[in-house]
Amino acid sequence: MSTPSELRKPATSAEPLLRVREAEKRFGAVVALDGVSLDLYRGEVLAVLGDNGAGKSTLMKCISGSQRLDGGAIELEGRPLSLRSPHDARRHGVETVYQDLALFDNLDVEANFFAGRELVAKRTLGWLNKKQMRRNALSVLERLEVSIPSLQTPVGLLSGGQRQAIAVVRAVNFASRIVILDEPTAALGVRETRNVLRLVKRLPEQGISVILVSHNLDQVAEVADRAVVIRRGRRIGEARPDAANHDHIVSMIVGAPSVAG
Amino acid sequence: MSGSPDQLKRSPDTGAAAPVAAPVAPRAQKEQPALRPHRPALPSFTTIGLKLVGLGPFLFLLLLWVVLSIESPYFFTTLNVTNLLQASSIVAVLAVGQFLIILTGAIDLSAGAVVALCTVIGAQLSHTLTHNGLVIVAIMLATGIAVGIVNATIIEPLRLASPFVVTLGTMSIASGAAFVISGGATVTGLPPLIDHIGSNSVAGIPAAALVVAGFAVVVAALTSRLRWGRWIYAIGGNREAAERVGIPARRVAMSVFVIGGFAAGLAGIIQAGLTDSGQGAASFTAELDAISAVVIGGASLQGGRGTLSGTLVGALILGTIHNGLNLLSVDTNWEPIVLGVVLLLALGTDFMRVRLESRLRLREARQLEVESDNAVPESGRSTVAA
Repeated sequence: MSTPSELRKPATSAEPLLRVREAEKRFGAVVALDGVSLDLYRGEVLAVLGDNGAGKSTLMKCISGSQRLDGGAIELEGRPLSLRSPHDARRHGVETVYQDLALFDNLDVEANFFAGRELVAKRTLGWLNKKQMRRNALSVLERLEVSIPSLQTPVGLLSGGQRQAIAVVRAVNFASRIVILDEPTAALGVRETRNVLRLVKRLPEQGISVILVSHNLDQVAEVADRAVVIRRGRRIGEARPDAANHDHIVSMIVGAPSVAG
Repeated sequence: MSGSPDQLKRSPDTGAAAPVAAPVAPRAQKEQPALRPHRPALPSFTTIGLKLVGLGPFLFLLLLWVVLSIESPYFFTTLNVTNLLQASSIVAVLAVGQFLIILTGAIDLSAGAVVALCTVIGAQLSHTLTHNGLVIVAIMLATGIAVGIVNATIIEPLRLASPFVVTLGTMSIASGAAFVISGGATVTGLPPLIDHIGSNSVAGIPAAALVVAGFAVVVAALTSRLRWGRWIYAIGGNREAAERVGIPARRVAMSVFVIGGFAAGLAGIIQAGLTDSGQGAASFTAELDAISAVVIGGASLQGGRGTLSGTLVGALILGTIHNGLNLLSVDTNWEPIVLGVVLLLALGTDFMRVRLESRLRLREARQLEVESDNAVPESGRSTVAA
């Protein structure tokens, strides 16, 4: 397959933050991942592109720990990473924003933010440290410039974009290294999409690398530094997602012979 | 829509809406203003409506009290209020336990039968084992907890059967066991401590009501102050997400059944003390009254929504209706009909809540659009064709 190989790598770091090598995953007779390799560098937004069923989501699930690889390896900062659960991944600073957001509509913004990771007083049965949580949540929302009515609003009363933003901000707050975003704007309108993308673009400034799974080339062009294309469980190629490469990327995604260079 | 870089472009109305965020840092030119109350907290019909719906049970209880004190000169006498509290206490205790269970999206049909079982076991052992009130109290509570543990361990680890069916089964077993143990008879004669709890007053307030209040205060404190309380709401709201974010959903879901069992034991103590007896038919279908109280109090049977204070108000509404119909000498056959109507009214207000909330959501989305319009679009690589 034609690959305009070895594109610009962010000059700051030679060694990748995350390296996936020859990842393999089978579901019965179906080969979901067939030797996919992938590098993610510090402070970059990497797009993973591919058609439905190409294996993008499976790959992300393996990186976020909700599924285990059958073959291959994942390395974080040069050290092999063995993930048995999403909890493992989170402990290593890898957070995932799922397509369904995993939000609690009945809980307020702050409670959603800390769900499962509430700050509690030491040596108690889990006495909530509400003041600290409120302060923490406010400061992160402010830093990432997310607009919500108040921390006490139940998330179910927020718009789609705000909900998405809450999910992203939650991941960012707890991620020390990587945030994985699976189709972050799938359910959003034009303007809400714009807001979420703006948020994503800001993450590298916070020292966080992003893996963005998407269908939408425009979006990818807007926020990603590099794009990796996967088809039928294989890595097809890599390109800088800009206007000039548009046709090339599309041809990689659908598997048609490339017209443009 | 070209952006003038040195000026926040906002329409006058929203500009005025955020005076707090007014000092504009230079870098803010391309971004939205940071977190702030992004609209003045002006109450609209929707938000006022939502507040009213939330207060619905309280207002309804007040209305009942006003009407009854007008209709009957006896209603607001000390004696009657004491009676009312006394009579409501068993359902109220059960409702507190049921409330936690319903918050997680489950239900416990066995509660009433467990009350009967506790009264029978307590009464029997008062004769055969000891007349020490504390021991009997402990045994009755332990009985309730034991059934709660059985419910929890059948429902949760396997998650094969619904709580409805499982507790239907344990209800039948507990009820049958109560009749078998008592031989179908009423076993009288409990230790004085239990009789005091069930039928005496302290400073004019029924001891049973004090027990209810104490239990409710503890539960309220635990649910609002402990992580565990949030987790109860979380698993009721979205069980799958709860598991994914690392909440020990299974343990939390089991814990509420154990507390529900404890509540049934407590109700058993009150029930036994009230009549100085244990019998298999005691508190028959009391769990349905408790569930009604929770629902009338504004909680959702889907889980994740409701307040403890609402639940207590719900129990008081049930008690007041019972008491009021008595005072007005209405044929007791009418009581279930009235209760049914009230329950359906509660469902109606819940429906209104859903409608109002979706209106609020819509408004939130529109608000966001206005803000996006006012933000300066970033010069992007948006030239790539789709």
